[in-house]
Amino acid sequence: MLNIKNADNIADMRSRRFWMMWLGYLGAAALWYAAVKLLPLDSFRRLPDPVAVVTEWLSPSPTFGVSVFTAPYYKHILFSVYRATAAFLIATVLGVSLGICMGWSRSFHSFASALLGLLRPVPPLAWVPLAILIFAGAESAVIFVTFLVAFFATALNTLVGVRSIDPDYFRAAACLGATRKDVLIDVIIPGALPNIFTGLQIAMGAAWFSLAAGEMIAAQYGLGFLIMESYNLVQFPTIVIAMATLGLLGYLSSALIRALGNRLMRWREQAMGFGA
Amino acid sequence: MSGQAAVTPFARPAPADPAPPEAGALSIRGVCKTYDPEGACVEALRDCSVEVRAGEFVAIVGPSGCGKSTLLNMIAGFDTVSAGSIELDGQVLASAGRPPQPGPDRVVVFQHGALFPWKTVLENVTYGPLRQKLLSRAQAEEKAVDLLHRCGGLDSVAGSYPAQLSSGMQRRVEIVRALMNDPKVLLLDEPFRAMDTVSKTTMHQHLLDMYRLCRKTIFFITHDLEEAIYLADTVIVMTTRPGMVKQVIPVGLARPRVPKMLYSQEYMRLKRAAAEGVHEEARKAFERGEREQA
Repeated sequence: MLNIKNADNIADMRSRRFWMMWLGYLGAAALWYAAVKLLPLDSFRRLPDPVAVVTEWLSPSPTFGVSVFTAPYYKHILFSVYRATAAFLIATVLGVSLGICMGWSRSFHSFASALLGLLRPVPPLAWVPLAILIFAGAESAVIFVTFLVAFFATALNTLVGVRSIDPDYFRAAACLGATRKDVLIDVIIPGALPNIFTGLQIAMGAAWFSLAAGEMIAAQYGLGFLIMESYNLVQFPTIVIAMATLGLLGYLSSALIRALGNRLMRWREQAMGFGA
Repeated sequence: MSGQAAVTPFARPAPADPAPPEAGALSIRGVCKTYDPEGACVEALRDCSVEVRAGEFVAIVGPSGCGKSTLLNMIAGFDTVSAGSIELDGQVLASAGRPPQPGPDRVVVFQHGALFPWKTVLENVTYGPLRQKLLSRAQAEEKAVDLLHRCGGLDSVAGSYPAQLSSGMQRRVEIVRALMNDPKVLLLDEPFRAMDTVSKTTMHQHLLDMYRLCRKTIFFITHDLEEAIYLADTVIVMTTRPGMVKQVIPVGLARPRVPKMLYSQEYMRLKRAAAEGVHEEARKAFERGEREQA
């Protein structure tokens, strides 16, 4: 009986959260509409209102050539997704490896932390000219710039994750006959996983931000490029369509990472009583 | 978690006591430990000598900071010895200048628990034999389930994660994990420190049952004199820092130990014999702490 009541309460809470979420979206759209249509500000009057954006986005024959029914829209998405994915995967592999090595070995930490501390504060976009020179082309340069921000976030969070593992787990593993390789697989990686996934979430968000900026400066396709091109061609609804698409992709990629993290860290869900 | 409520401790009659083991004799000879963090020379242990017979249950009692855990860490191979030596069955485990070497012949049960939270109870318990390639997975799981069952019906939580268990269950699982490796010595570092009195009493019976089941040498660190006398064959009282052996008290209480022994004349006599020394050292430790704070 108690369980049924709890289940009802949870269902009520979820339903309430769902409606509150939509209320938030509608409120934001209403504010936007009011700012464009009702405020006596010229600068806002030039912006497209939400109705114009949605109409353009869902139109089979859009005024400015980009909608869910046109191929260029998907081409831009594909380029952005490809660059973000490539950068994120490389950053994950290198960032997690570097973070683990730095957390594991004091001497490696001393060696790498100075370089990391020096390079991390450099804004990613400051790398664009050098990246174009190094990689001889805009495509790799944009991926590199996107990679950089994701890499630092991943490496530093992994380092914090390894450092925060209770030393008794290492001692327990040693007592139980674990080799260094066993300790890496059975203690360090699972022990650092919560922080690694926090880092990956931050990295993904930062990667989309950096990607859009990189594409605005040095790409021929992609949503960042579409935003800049639409601005130059005075196609304002398309700017908002590209921005909204970036937001959706960012949200979806974060949800994907969260789902993967929850799957790999079922022990945390179970411990907190959320598991089946 | 409904399965856990059904667990009945001591559900099965305990098997006949195994013969006393031939392995697990521990010799601690003139052990000293000095820490030197940034030139501040701190003498944690001075000329500490203890002889532990194979299969003996030894409890070490002393005030905080007297070097009990330092001694345990040196036996476990987590810390170096400044002088003296530690031998297990005649083999040198630790001596001055020798790097510390932990191993599955001396398994530690930690004060705050060290079950891997990302592994289930069964995965934790089978970890040692599988990593050392002593048993196949099927053999290890069969042995683990049997041992968990014999240690108070813990097999019913084999698929649970440690955080889903009570602290008492976690501690029992950790002892089972240690026993799975068939160690010569079980090193228990104040495993019941954070528990309330009722849970502690239950855990004492579980530990005594496990001891009867495995008959391993047990090196048990505690603050609690009553606990030490009730559980151990020998109680060693240590002085405040630098830790030295102040008193060795053989406990003549018969086994199996039962709670009514806590009111026996022999238990009271032993408690009186040890209490004065323990309280004197506790007072010294307190006064030293106040001096250091001032």
